[in-house]
Amino acid sequence: MAVVRLRAPLSELAGGNRELDLDGATVAEVLRALEREHPGTRGWILDEHGRIREHVNVFVNRDYGREETAVGASDRLHVIPAISGG
Amino acid sequence: MTELLVGTKKGLFVLEGEPSGAFGITSRHFAGEPVEFATRDPRTGRFFACVTSAFYGPKIFHTDDLAAEWQQGSGVELPEDAEKPLERLWTVVPAEDDDHLYAGGAPGVLFESRDGGTSWELNKAFWEQPTRPEWSPGAGGMCMHSIATWPGDPERVALAISAVGVWLTDDGGETWRNGNKNLYPRYMPEEAREDTLTLCVHNMHRAPKRPERLFMQFHGGVYRSDDAGETWTSIADGLPSDFGFPMVVDPDDPDNAYVIPLVADMDRVTPEGKVRVYETRDAGASWTARGDGLPSDDAYLTILRQAFCSVGAGPTLGLYFGATSGDVFGSGDAGKTWFTAATKLPPVHSVRVA
Repeated sequence: MAVVRLRAPLSELAGGNRELDLDGATVAEVLRALEREHPGTRGWILDEHGRIREHVNVFVNRDYGREETAVGASDRLHVIPAISGG
Repeated sequence: MTELLVGTKKGLFVLEGEPSGAFGITSRHFAGEPVEFATRDPRTGRFFACVTSAFYGPKIFHTDDLAAEWQQGSGVELPEDAEKPLERLWTVVPAEDDDHLYAGGAPGVLFESRDGGTSWELNKAFWEQPTRPEWSPGAGGMCMHSIATWPGDPERVALAISAVGVWLTDDGGETWRNGNKNLYPRYMPEEAREDTLTLCVHNMHRAPKRPERLFMQFHGGVYRSDDAGETWTSIADGLPSDFGFPMVVDPDDPDNAYVIPLVADMDRVTPEGKVRVYETRDAGASWTARGDGLPSDDAYLTILRQAFCSVGAGPTLGLYFGATSGDVFGSGDAGKTWFTAATKLPPVHSVRVA
Protein backbone atom coordinates (compact mmCIF):
# COMPACT_ATOMS: atom_id res chain seq x y z
CA MET A 1 0.00 0.00 0.00
CA ALA A 2 1.16 3.52 -0.79
CA VAL A 3 1.10 6.21 1.86
CA VAL A 4 -0.95 9.29 0.93
CA ARG A 5 -0.14 12.48 2.80
CA LEU A 6 -2.75 15.24 2.93
CA ARG A 7 -2.86 18.77 4.25
CA ALA A 8 -5.87 20.83 5.33
CA PRO A 9 -8.57 21.13 4.11
CA LEU A 10 -8.16 17.73 2.42
CA SER A 11 -7.11 16.02 5.64
CA GLU A 12 -10.30 17.29 7.29
CA LEU A 13 -12.37 15.86 4.45
CA ALA A 14 -10.53 12.55 4.98
CA GLY A 15 -11.75 12.19 8.53
CA GLY A 16 -8.92 14.19 10.06
CA ASN A 17 -6.26 11.86 8.61
CA ARG A 18 -3.07 13.51 7.45
CA GLU A 19 -1.70 10.15 6.33
CA LEU A 20 -3.51 7.14 4.88
CA ASP A 21 -2.47 3.76 3.48
CA LEU A 22 -4.24 3.17 0.18
CA ASP A 23 -4.08 0.64 -2.66
CA GLY A 24 -3.53 1.46 -6.33
CA ALA A 25 -1.04 0.90 -9.13
CA THR A 26 -1.18 4.51 -10.41
CA VAL A 27 -1.71 7.95 -8.94
CA ALA A 28 -5.28 8.01 -10.30
CA GLU A 29 -6.07 4.62 -8.78
CA VAL A 30 -4.74 5.66 -5.39
CA LEU A 31 -6.74 8.90 -5.48
CA ARG A 32 -9.88 7.02 -6.48
CA ALA A 33 -9.27 4.70 -3.51
CA LEU A 34 -9.09 7.82 -1.33
CA GLU A 35 -12.45 8.97 -2.71
CA ARG A 36 -14.03 5.58 -2.01
CA GLU A 37 -12.75 5.53 1.56
CA HIS A 38 -13.55 9.19 2.20
CA PRO A 39 -16.32 10.34 -0.19
CA GLY A 40 -15.97 13.92 1.07
CA THR A 41 -12.75 14.23 -0.97
CA ARG A 42 -14.58 13.47 -4.23
CA GLY A 43 -14.15 16.31 -6.71
CA TRP A 44 -11.45 18.06 -4.69
CA ILE A 45 -8.24 16.55 -6.15
CA LEU A 46 -9.56 14.85 -9.30
CA ASP A 47 -12.10 16.74 -11.43
CA GLU A 48 -15.15 15.25 -13.17
CA HIS A 49 -12.88 13.77 -15.82
CA GLY A 50 -10.58 12.07 -13.38
CA ARG A 51 -7.81 14.58 -14.04
CA ILE A 52 -5.75 16.15 -11.28
CA ARG A 53 -7.00 19.71 -10.84
CA GLU A 54 -4.84 22.33 -12.49
CA HIS A 55 -3.69 23.94 -9.26
CA VAL A 56 -3.12 20.79 -7.24
CA ASN A 57 0.25 19.05 -7.29
CA VAL A 58 0.65 15.36 -6.57
CA PHE A 59 4.19 14.19 -5.88
CA VAL A 60 5.24 10.54 -5.88
CA ASN A 61 8.02 10.71 -3.36
CA ARG A 62 10.01 13.71 -4.65
CA ASP A 63 8.85 13.78 -8.27
CA TYR A 64 5.75 15.38 -9.86
CA GLY A 65 3.18 12.70 -10.60
CA ARG A 66 0.42 12.61 -13.19
CA GLU A 67 -2.69 10.46 -13.23
CA GLU A 68 -0.90 7.58 -14.95
CA THR A 69 2.30 7.69 -12.89
CA ALA A 70 3.07 4.26 -11.43
CA VAL A 71 2.88 3.88 -7.67
CA GLY A 72 4.63 1.16 -5.69
CA ALA A 73 3.82 -0.22 -2.27
CA SER A 74 6.62 1.73 -0.61
CA ASP A 75 5.87 5.07 -2.33
CA ARG A 76 4.56 8.19 -0.65
CA LEU A 77 2.04 10.44 -2.41
CA HIS A 78 2.02 14.07 -1.31
CA VAL A 79 -1.06 16.10 -2.31
CA ILE A 80 -0.15 19.80 -2.12
CA PRO A 81 -1.84 22.96 -3.44
CA ALA A 82 0.20 24.54 -6.22
CA ILE A 83 2.15 27.72 -5.60
CA SER A 84 -0.29 29.91 -7.50
CA GLY A 85 -3.16 32.29 -6.94
CA GLY A 86 -3.43 35.93 -6.01
CA MET B 1 -30.61 45.40 12.34
CA THR B 2 -29.53 44.48 8.82
CA GLU B 3 -27.24 41.53 8.11
CA LEU B 4 -25.15 41.57 4.93
CA LEU B 5 -23.48 38.59 3.30
CA VAL B 6 -20.45 39.94 1.45
CA GLY B 7 -18.66 37.46 -0.82
CA THR B 8 -15.08 38.51 -1.48
CA LYS B 9 -11.92 37.30 -3.14
CA LYS B 10 -10.73 36.19 0.29
CA GLY B 11 -13.74 34.73 2.01
CA LEU B 12 -17.30 35.48 3.09
CA PHE B 13 -17.81 38.35 5.52
CA VAL B 14 -20.99 38.73 7.52
CA LEU B 15 -21.70 42.35 8.45
CA GLU B 16 -24.33 43.75 10.78
CA GLY B 17 -25.53 47.28 11.33
CA GLU B 18 -28.33 49.81 11.11
CA PRO B 19 -29.05 51.39 7.72
CA SER B 20 -27.50 54.70 8.69
CA GLY B 21 -23.85 54.10 9.45
CA ALA B 22 -20.90 51.75 9.61
CA PHE B 23 -21.53 48.04 9.83
CA GLY B 24 -19.38 45.70 11.89
CA ILE B 25 -17.95 42.35 10.81
CA THR B 26 -19.61 39.65 12.89
CA SER B 27 -17.99 36.61 11.27
CA ARG B 28 -15.77 35.46 8.42
CA HIS B 29 -16.08 32.15 6.59
CA PHE B 30 -14.00 30.33 3.95
CA ALA B 31 -10.95 32.40 4.87
CA GLY B 32 -8.66 32.86 1.89
CA GLU B 33 -11.08 31.33 -0.63
CA PRO B 34 -12.89 33.24 -3.38
CA VAL B 35 -16.59 33.42 -2.49
CA GLU B 36 -18.38 34.34 -5.68
CA PHE B 37 -21.84 34.56 -4.16
CA ALA B 38 -23.62 34.06 -0.86
CA THR B 39 -27.29 34.30 -0.05
CA ARG B 40 -29.98 33.13 2.37
CA ASP B 41 -33.14 31.29 1.39
CA PRO B 42 -35.88 33.39 3.05
CA ARG B 43 -38.19 30.37 3.16
CA THR B 44 -35.93 28.22 5.31
CA GLY B 45 -33.28 30.59 6.65
CA ARG B 46 -30.56 28.40 5.12
CA PHE B 47 -27.36 30.13 4.03
CA PHE B 48 -25.61 29.27 0.76
CA ALA B 49 -22.10 30.11 -0.43
CA CYS B 50 -20.60 29.51 -3.87
CA VAL B 51 -16.89 28.98 -3.27
CA THR B 52 -14.44 28.53 -6.12
CA SER B 53 -11.19 27.38 -4.63
CA ALA B 54 -8.28 28.07 -6.95
CA PHE B 55 -7.03 24.65 -5.99
CA TYR B 56 -10.00 22.39 -5.35
CA GLY B 57 -12.65 23.65 -7.79
CA PRO B 58 -16.15 25.13 -7.37
CA LYS B 59 -18.50 23.97 -4.59
CA ILE B 60 -21.84 25.03 -3.09
CA PHE B 61 -21.88 24.99 0.70
CA HIS B 62 -24.85 25.45 3.00
CA THR B 63 -25.51 25.88 6.69
CA ASP B 64 -28.57 26.57 8.80
CA ASP B 65 -26.51 28.33 11.45
CA LEU B 66 -23.54 30.60 10.79
CA ALA B 67 -21.98 29.39 14.03
CA ALA B 68 -22.08 25.79 12.82
CA GLU B 69 -20.04 24.04 10.12
CA TRP B 70 -20.86 24.47 6.46
CA GLN B 71 -21.86 21.35 4.52
CA GLN B 72 -20.92 20.72 0.90
CA GLY B 73 -23.87 20.16 -1.43
CA SER B 74 -23.59 16.96 -3.45
CA GLY B 75 -24.00 16.55 -7.21
CA VAL B 76 -22.50 19.89 -8.24
CA GLU B 77 -20.50 18.49 -11.13
CA LEU B 78 -20.67 18.00 -14.86
CA PRO B 79 -21.04 14.67 -16.68
CA GLU B 80 -17.79 12.79 -17.27
CA ASP B 81 -18.09 13.35 -21.02
CA ALA B 82 -18.11 17.15 -20.63
CA GLU B 83 -15.37 18.90 -22.54
CA LYS B 84 -14.19 20.75 -19.42
CA PRO B 85 -14.92 20.46 -15.70
CA LEU B 86 -17.22 22.85 -13.88
CA GLU B 87 -15.43 26.21 -13.68
CA ARG B 88 -17.35 28.45 -11.32
CA LEU B 89 -20.68 28.98 -9.55
CA TRP B 90 -22.34 32.37 -9.81
CA THR B 91 -25.70 32.31 -8.11
CA VAL B 92 -28.19 30.39 -5.97
CA VAL B 93 -31.86 31.34 -6.27
CA PRO B 94 -34.92 29.94 -4.45
CA ALA B 95 -37.52 28.62 -6.88
CA GLU B 96 -41.26 29.08 -6.53
CA ASP B 97 -42.03 25.58 -5.23
CA ASP B 98 -41.06 24.28 -1.77
CA ASP B 99 -37.51 22.98 -1.24
CA HIS B 100 -36.63 23.78 -4.86
CA LEU B 101 -33.60 25.95 -5.69
CA TYR B 102 -31.63 26.84 -8.78
CA ALA B 103 -27.90 27.42 -9.09
CA GLY B 104 -26.15 28.89 -12.12
CA GLY B 105 -22.54 28.42 -13.10
CA ALA B 106 -19.94 28.26 -15.82
CA PRO B 107 -19.79 26.94 -18.48
CA GLY B 108 -23.43 28.01 -18.92
CA VAL B 109 -24.93 25.41 -16.59
CA LEU B 110 -28.05 25.21 -14.45
CA PHE B 111 -28.30 22.99 -11.36
CA GLU B 112 -31.47 22.25 -9.41
CA SER B 113 -32.03 21.06 -5.87
CA ARG B 114 -35.31 19.50 -4.73
CA ASP B 115 -34.29 19.02 -1.10
CA GLY B 116 -33.57 22.55 0.03
CA GLY B 117 -30.01 22.65 -1.28
CA THR B 118 -28.52 19.47 0.21
CA SER B 119 -28.15 17.73 -3.15
CA TRP B 120 -28.09 19.13 -6.67
CA GLU B 121 -28.65 17.82 -10.16
CA LEU B 122 -27.75 19.24 -13.55
CA ASN B 123 -30.71 20.43 -15.66
CA LYS B 124 -30.12 18.06 -18.56
CA ALA B 125 -32.40 19.84 -21.04
CA PHE B 126 -30.33 22.97 -20.75
CA TRP B 127 -27.03 21.10 -20.73
CA GLU B 128 -28.02 19.33 -23.96
CA GLN B 129 -28.99 22.45 -25.92
CA PRO B 130 -28.07 21.71 -29.55
CA THR B 131 -26.43 25.13 -30.00
CA ARG B 132 -24.10 24.67 -27.03
CA PRO B 133 -21.02 23.97 -29.21
CA GLU B 134 -21.45 27.48 -30.68
CA TRP B 135 -21.62 29.26 -27.30
CA SER B 136 -18.89 31.76 -26.35
CA PRO B 137 -17.80 32.90 -22.90
CA GLY B 138 -17.51 36.48 -21.71
CA ALA B 139 -14.38 37.75 -19.98
CA GLY B 140 -15.51 36.18 -16.71
CA GLY B 141 -16.28 32.81 -18.28
CA MET B 142 -19.55 31.47 -19.64
CA CYS B 143 -21.39 32.44 -16.50
CA MET B 144 -25.04 31.88 -15.79
CA HIS B 145 -25.53 34.70 -13.33
CA SER B 146 -29.22 35.60 -13.48
CA ILE B 147 -32.13 33.26 -12.75
CA ALA B 148 -35.47 35.08 -12.70
CA THR B 149 -38.35 33.02 -11.35
CA TRP B 150 -41.99 34.01 -11.90
CA PRO B 151 -43.85 34.73 -8.66
CA GLY B 152 -46.48 32.06 -8.12
CA ASP B 153 -45.66 30.06 -11.25
CA PRO B 154 -42.84 27.52 -10.87
CA GLU B 155 -43.04 26.59 -14.55
CA ARG B 156 -41.82 29.95 -15.88
CA VAL B 157 -38.17 30.92 -15.52
CA ALA B 158 -35.81 33.24 -17.39
CA LEU B 159 -32.04 32.73 -17.38
CA ALA B 160 -29.26 34.99 -18.55
CA ILE B 161 -25.71 34.03 -19.46
CA SER B 162 -22.62 35.94 -20.44
CA ALA B 163 -22.29 35.64 -23.37
CA VAL B 164 -25.17 33.41 -24.48
CA GLY B 165 -28.14 35.73 -23.99
CA VAL B 166 -31.53 35.07 -22.42
CA TRP B 167 -33.22 31.68 -22.17
CA LEU B 168 -36.86 31.07 -21.30
CA THR B 169 -38.85 28.07 -20.15
CA ASP B 170 -42.61 27.73 -19.62
CA ASP B 171 -42.54 24.09 -18.52
CA GLY B 172 -40.29 24.06 -15.48
CA GLY B 173 -37.08 23.59 -17.42
CA GLU B 174 -38.10 20.72 -19.68
CA THR B 175 -37.62 22.86 -22.78
CA TRP B 176 -35.78 26.14 -23.40
CA ARG B 177 -35.86 28.84 -26.06
CA ASN B 178 -34.02 32.10 -26.66
CA GLY B 179 -35.43 35.50 -25.68
CA ASN B 180 -33.03 37.84 -27.43
CA LYS B 181 -35.03 39.90 -29.90
CA ASN B 182 -33.78 43.51 -30.29
CA LEU B 183 -30.65 43.10 -28.17
CA TYR B 184 -27.91 45.00 -29.96
CA PRO B 185 -24.41 43.56 -29.51
CA ARG B 186 -22.25 46.36 -30.89
CA TYR B 187 -19.12 44.32 -30.10
CA MET B 188 -20.09 42.03 -33.02
CA PRO B 189 -19.69 42.83 -36.74
CA GLU B 190 -22.82 44.50 -38.11
CA GLU B 191 -23.64 41.62 -40.39
CA ALA B 192 -23.56 39.17 -37.47
CA ARG B 193 -25.70 41.13 -34.99
CA GLU B 194 -29.10 39.96 -36.16
CA ASP B 195 -28.82 36.26 -35.36
CA THR B 196 -25.76 35.88 -33.15
CA LEU B 197 -25.98 33.89 -29.93
CA THR B 198 -22.99 35.79 -28.53
CA LEU B 199 -25.05 38.11 -26.37
CA CYS B 200 -23.27 39.31 -23.26
CA VAL B 201 -25.94 39.90 -20.63
CA HIS B 202 -24.42 41.27 -17.44
CA ASN B 203 -27.44 41.13 -15.16
CA MET B 204 -31.20 40.59 -15.44
CA HIS B 205 -34.05 40.97 -12.94
CA ARG B 206 -37.80 40.48 -13.02
CA ALA B 207 -40.24 43.01 -11.54
CA PRO B 208 -42.18 40.79 -9.09
CA LYS B 209 -45.37 42.91 -9.12
CA ARG B 210 -45.50 42.80 -12.91
CA PRO B 211 -43.70 39.56 -13.76
CA GLU B 212 -43.88 39.94 -17.52
CA ARG B 213 -41.47 42.87 -17.06
CA LEU B 214 -37.71 42.26 -16.94
CA PHE B 215 -34.82 44.71 -16.72
CA MET B 216 -31.37 44.02 -18.11
CA GLN B 217 -27.88 45.48 -17.93
CA PHE B 218 -26.13 44.39 -21.12
CA HIS B 219 -22.50 44.63 -22.23
CA GLY B 220 -23.18 48.04 -23.70
CA GLY B 221 -26.91 48.61 -23.28
CA VAL B 222 -29.67 48.80 -20.70
CA TYR B 223 -32.96 47.17 -21.69
CA ARG B 224 -36.50 46.42 -20.56
CA SER B 225 -38.82 43.68 -21.70
CA ASP B 226 -42.59 43.86 -21.17
CA ASP B 227 -43.35 40.50 -22.74
CA ALA B 228 -41.55 38.16 -20.34
CA GLY B 229 -38.21 38.39 -22.10
CA GLU B 230 -39.27 37.67 -25.69
CA THR B 231 -38.32 41.14 -26.99
CA TRP B 232 -36.30 44.01 -25.55
CA THR B 233 -36.38 47.82 -25.70
CA SER B 234 -33.42 50.09 -25.01
CA ILE B 235 -33.83 52.29 -21.94
CA ALA B 236 -30.26 53.61 -21.82
CA ASP B 237 -31.05 57.22 -22.81
CA GLY B 238 -30.26 59.55 -19.94
CA LEU B 239 -27.47 57.44 -18.45
CA PRO B 240 -23.85 58.67 -18.54
CA SER B 241 -22.89 55.26 -19.93
CA ASP B 242 -24.77 52.14 -20.95
CA PHE B 243 -22.00 49.91 -19.60
CA GLY B 244 -22.12 48.40 -16.14
CA PHE B 245 -22.69 45.14 -14.34
CA PRO B 246 -25.33 44.98 -11.59
CA MET B 247 -28.95 46.07 -11.47
CA VAL B 248 -31.65 46.18 -8.79
CA VAL B 249 -35.43 46.31 -9.13
CA ASP B 250 -37.81 47.57 -6.42
CA PRO B 251 -39.96 44.52 -5.60
CA ASP B 252 -43.01 46.74 -4.98
CA ASP B 253 -42.74 49.07 -7.97
CA PRO B 254 -42.26 47.64 -11.47
CA ASP B 255 -41.28 51.09 -12.78
CA ASN B 256 -38.43 51.49 -10.29
CA ALA B 257 -34.92 50.14 -11.05
CA TYR B 258 -31.29 51.05 -10.34
CA VAL B 259 -28.01 50.69 -12.23
CA ILE B 260 -24.41 51.71 -11.51
CA PRO B 261 -22.84 52.87 -14.79
CA LEU B 262 -19.13 52.37 -15.51
CA VAL B 263 -17.26 54.27 -18.22
CA ALA B 264 -17.12 51.58 -20.91
CA ASP B 265 -16.01 48.02 -21.58
CA MET B 266 -12.42 49.22 -22.06
CA ASP B 267 -12.51 51.27 -18.83
CA ARG B 268 -14.59 49.54 -16.20
CA VAL B 269 -14.61 52.20 -13.47
CA THR B 270 -17.12 54.76 -12.23
CA PRO B 271 -17.20 57.80 -14.59
CA GLU B 272 -15.29 61.00 -13.76
CA GLY B 273 -14.12 59.61 -10.43
CA LYS B 274 -17.66 59.86 -8.99
CA VAL B 275 -19.67 56.95 -7.63
CA ARG B 276 -23.29 57.36 -8.69
CA VAL B 277 -26.29 55.05 -8.64
CA TYR B 278 -28.87 55.88 -11.30
CA GLU B 279 -32.53 55.43 -10.55
CA THR B 280 -35.51 55.25 -12.85
CA ARG B 281 -39.07 55.71 -11.55
CA ASP B 282 -40.68 55.47 -14.96
CA ALA B 283 -39.43 52.10 -16.25
CA GLY B 284 -36.39 53.59 -17.96
CA ALA B 285 -37.92 56.65 -19.67
CA SER B 286 -35.67 58.84 -17.51
CA TRP B 287 -32.84 58.39 -15.01
CA THR B 288 -31.78 60.38 -11.94
CA ALA B 289 -28.29 60.31 -10.39
CA ARG B 290 -28.27 59.32 -6.73
CA GLY B 291 -24.99 60.04 -5.01
CA ASP B 292 -25.61 61.96 -1.78
CA GLY B 293 -23.10 60.38 0.58
CA LEU B 294 -21.20 58.40 -2.05
CA PRO B 295 -17.56 59.22 -3.00
CA SER B 296 -17.51 62.08 -5.49
CA ASP B 297 -13.78 62.77 -5.92
CA ASP B 298 -11.06 60.53 -7.30
CA ALA B 299 -13.19 57.41 -6.86
CA TYR B 300 -12.61 54.95 -9.69
CA LEU B 301 -14.50 51.91 -8.49
CA THR B 302 -15.61 48.71 -10.18
CA ILE B 303 -18.86 47.13 -9.01
CA LEU B 304 -19.35 43.54 -10.15
CA ARG B 305 -22.58 41.94 -11.29
CA GLN B 306 -23.60 40.24 -8.01
CA ALA B 307 -22.42 43.08 -5.78
CA PHE B 308 -25.66 45.12 -5.62
CA CYS B 309 -28.83 44.15 -3.79
CA SER B 310 -31.97 45.46 -2.14
CA VAL B 311 -34.08 44.74 0.92
CA GLY B 312 -37.61 45.88 1.64
CA ALA B 313 -39.56 48.09 -0.74
CA GLY B 314 -40.92 51.55 -1.35
CA PRO B 315 -39.53 54.71 0.31
CA THR B 316 -37.48 52.68 2.83
CA LEU B 317 -36.04 50.35 0.20
CA GLY B 318 -32.57 49.36 1.38
CA LEU B 319 -29.82 49.33 -1.26
CA TYR B 320 -26.34 47.91 -0.73
CA PHE B 321 -23.38 47.52 -3.07
CA GLY B 322 -19.72 46.63 -2.81
CA ALA B 323 -16.74 47.40 -5.01
CA THR B 324 -13.52 45.62 -5.90
CA SER B 325 -11.84 48.34 -3.79
CA GLY B 326 -13.26 46.56 -0.72
CA ASP B 327 -15.75 49.31 0.08
CA VAL B 328 -19.43 48.61 0.80
CA PHE B 329 -22.07 51.34 0.59
CA GLY B 330 -25.69 51.40 1.68
CA SER B 331 -28.88 53.43 1.55
CA GLY B 332 -31.94 53.09 3.78
CA ASP B 333 -34.14 55.48 1.82
CA ALA B 334 -34.31 54.07 -1.70
CA GLY B 335 -31.08 55.76 -2.80
CA LYS B 336 -31.78 59.34 -1.68
CA THR B 337 -28.88 59.28 0.78
CA TRP B 338 -25.98 56.88 1.19
CA PHE B 339 -23.53 55.82 3.89
CA THR B 340 -20.32 53.81 3.94
CA ALA B 341 -21.06 50.45 5.52
CA ALA B 342 -17.53 49.00 5.37
CA THR B 343 -14.08 49.69 3.95
CA LYS B 344 -10.86 47.75 3.50
CA LEU B 345 -12.49 44.41 2.77
CA PRO B 346 -10.95 42.22 0.05
CA PRO B 347 -12.33 42.82 -3.47
CA VAL B 348 -16.11 42.40 -3.23
CA HIS B 349 -17.71 39.82 -5.51
CA SER B 350 -21.25 39.81 -4.13
CA VAL B 351 -23.53 41.52 -1.63
CA ARG B 352 -26.85 40.14 -0.39
CA VAL B 353 -29.03 40.93 2.62
CA ALA B 354 -29.46 37.84 4.79
